[in-house]
Amino acid sequence: MSDIATARGRQRSRGRYGRVSQVIDEVDERLGVARGTRTFLDKIFPDHWSFMLGEIALYSFVILLVTGVFLTLYFVPSSAIVTYHGAYKPLDGQKVTQAFASTVNLSFAVRAGLLMRQMHHWACDIFVGSIVVHMARVFFTGAFRKPRELNWTIGVTLLTLAIVNGFLGYSLPDDLVSGTGIRIAYSILLSVPLVGTYLAFWVFGGNFPGTAVIPRFFILHVLIVPAVIVTLVTVHMVLLIRQKHTQFPGEGRREDNIVGAPMFPVFMAKTSGYLFIVGGVTALLGAFAQINPIWQFGPYDASRISYAVQPDWYMGFLDGALRIFPSWELTAFGHTIPLEVTIPAVIFPGLVFGLAYAWPALERFFTKDVAMHHLLDRPSDRPVRTAAGSAVFGALAMLFIASSTDVIANFFHLSLNTVLWAMRILVLVTPIITYPIVYKICKELQGVRGAGKRKTVNVVSRTEQGEYVATPAPAFSDDVADELEPTPVPTFIEVAEVSHDGTGVRTVDR
Amino acid sequence: MSDTTEHRSPVSITGLAADDPHLAPAARRPELVERVIAVTFVLGLLSMLGFGWAYWVNAKAWIIGATMGAGLMFLGLGLTAWGKYLMARGPFVEERHALASSKSDRDALAAALVERGAGTMQRRRLLGGLLGGGVGVFSIVALFPLLRSLGPLPKSTLFHTDWTKGSYLVDSTGRRVHSTDLAVGSIVTVYPEGTENTDRGQAVDQTVLIRISNESFTTQRGRESWGPQGFIAYSKLCTHLGCPVGLYEQQLQMLVCPCHQSMFDVTDGAVPTFGPAPRPLPQLPLYIDSQGYLRSQSDYDQPVGPGFWERTS
Repeated sequence: MSDIATARGRQRSRGRYGRVSQVIDEVDERLGVARGTRTFLDKIFPDHWSFMLGEIALYSFVILLVTGVFLTLYFVPSSAIVTYHGAYKPLDGQKVTQAFASTVNLSFAVRAGLLMRQMHHWACDIFVGSIVVHMARVFFTGAFRKPRELNWTIGVTLLTLAIVNGFLGYSLPDDLVSGTGIRIAYSILLSVPLVGTYLAFWVFGGNFPGTAVIPRFFILHVLIVPAVIVTLVTVHMVLLIRQKHTQFPGEGRREDNIVGAPMFPVFMAKTSGYLFIVGGVTALLGAFAQINPIWQFGPYDASRISYAVQPDWYMGFLDGALRIFPSWELTAFGHTIPLEVTIPAVIFPGLVFGLAYAWPALERFFTKDVAMHHLLDRPSDRPVRTAAGSAVFGALAMLFIASSTDVIANFFHLSLNTVLWAMRILVLVTPIITYPIVYKICKELQGVRGAGKRKTVNVVSRTEQGEYVATPAPAFSDDVADELEPTPVPTFIEVAEVSHDGTGVRTVDR
Repeated sequence: MSDTTEHRSPVSITGLAADDPHLAPAARRPELVERVIAVTFVLGLLSMLGFGWAYWVNAKAWIIGATMGAGLMFLGLGLTAWGKYLMARGPFVEERHALASSKSDRDALAAALVERGAGTMQRRRLLGGLLGGGVGVFSIVALFPLLRSLGPLPKSTLFHTDWTKGSYLVDSTGRRVHSTDLAVGSIVTVYPEGTENTDRGQAVDQTVLIRISNESFTTQRGRESWGPQGFIAYSKLCTHLGCPVGLYEQQLQMLVCPCHQSMFDVTDGAVPTFGPAPRPLPQLPLYIDSQGYLRSQSDYDQPVGPGFWERTS
């Protein structure tokens, strides 16, 4: 009986790992990737819930791509006028653009079309939201510091592109609400000093509305901006792998190592599971939470308007700024600068994003900290940064609320004037009071390091003589380490001196 | 240190023995966890079958979404739990090697750039300059026509509407507005005849016609003849961002823009009394012809809509 003839024999002749070895041999001889792949599979990912926020962004982007491809199969990016005859009877016989008709059609006549459209819209809202929260995590933990400044810059760019592409996509159905949004965007372009009219005419191919804008927004929305996003996301990930992930400080965690779970199989299982969960949540939202029912708004007609219309949430801060900014139009030397538009809609977002881009450099300049950082900060350890970031987020949150002044006035039976002035004051005052409060909270938290974390337990046992003995239980890696420096207690808390009377019993005066 | 603490200190995963406690499942009772995960996977599988069925029979969108969402959720939760509780518990550690290359590597790169590259350039400044000039001219020449072909120049198009001397006021169906059509307190959106169904008519020429009284109405000094028989007309484009000023508050005689809540006083030349709009709505001078139809005396006396750089006042 020869070795080759039996199954076990064949197995032995292939080596210990059988077919897998064979495939690896074949591939590696041609591409030389065995070593690199092994290193990649052994790559360690640190474990912390906040590190999954970026994953939500990545996976909602995947969902956007998949559902978006589905939508392009049915959407017609054209401003040509057609008479609607379709499944949605109330619109029957109306003259609408092809963009609008095809959107209504794919919602009602295409199998799962409505679901795909709603999932696409929800995934977009989640995409931008998770980028913002991920960015906040990176900001407040100082993960943008050297050597990761470039990746921070890419991240801010990705946020900008996500917002822009969200607006472009929102505009495509050519319904009454989105058409009004485009009209406002056109007016914002017009408001740019010196070149505004040229900008507006070149983007829209002439005076508003024209027929060029829907096809142009379409190709930007489905090809150009996504291509840039995909490229930047790829660079974002490559840099992440090259520079390795940051981690929070803790036992065994140092600047020169990473503690966590390996890429294969632990992280892969968790992260694929997470892709499914993000997809599941989006599908459930698409199934049960109606979003952007354009057939209720009707087709766009520049002379019609609806009441209490708010943009998608990520445009809210701009809309709020436009609402509450005073009507300061500047007219001089035969020219007009509509400051009431230019400042809130052009200069202000420019400043906010400019500040985001510049922050790593600003912090380096002011702290003189040029060292490499792979261990994250606790937000409370950097009170100035944390307070400044909170102040900016506070102001933006108020502007977001200001984008629904009319709804607030209506709901609470207040006058519009009251709401307007309240929001104006809140936008200015919120950052001013947020800063010192957050700063103080950070300082307080520094004084109670380890509060809320598990302390080492003492096992109390009784001896035969009736004596009680406390034995410290073994420490776990995530316990508060003993060797942590005691941090000074905040000065305003009076700490009584502890006296020892020689018996080993501490007495504290009360 | 006892055994329990031993395997809680991080180790490198490379070359770890198969029986190392770091590779043991994280769960205290793996069999139980395995059973729970099996149940979620079964539920996920059933949901996916339901999804396939719903898609096949073309069920309502929410049923398709609910089955797919539930399937993804169950599979995702099970897979995540598998990774978290049944796979190697670790913790593992990996060394972080310095990113930077060695000093000699960097020096070699600098030398290559400077001596091979810039050295060549410095000896051939003329060639470098000519090449740079050619590429530069190409960039500028390519950029401007590209921008230029995107659309026409604004020229004076923003300064005029289609209203001219004698334009008939028509409603959205194209019907001419007669002086007997509107009761006091009513409002209608009008266009110059022929533009009511065009994009430009709707976007630029749109005008609100309000009958404010039965007698000739003067909204501001100098506009004595603009409001015959109490008919007054304002541009419907908000001077803030160009939304249609669609709400007429009859009690207060205000036109309200629903976008950003600017309010314009109808009785006083549509001066903005509230909100971010910086300028009054331009007023269209009207007259009533011999047959009783409403017509415009001329175009607006200023550009309509939001402000822009070339606007002179």
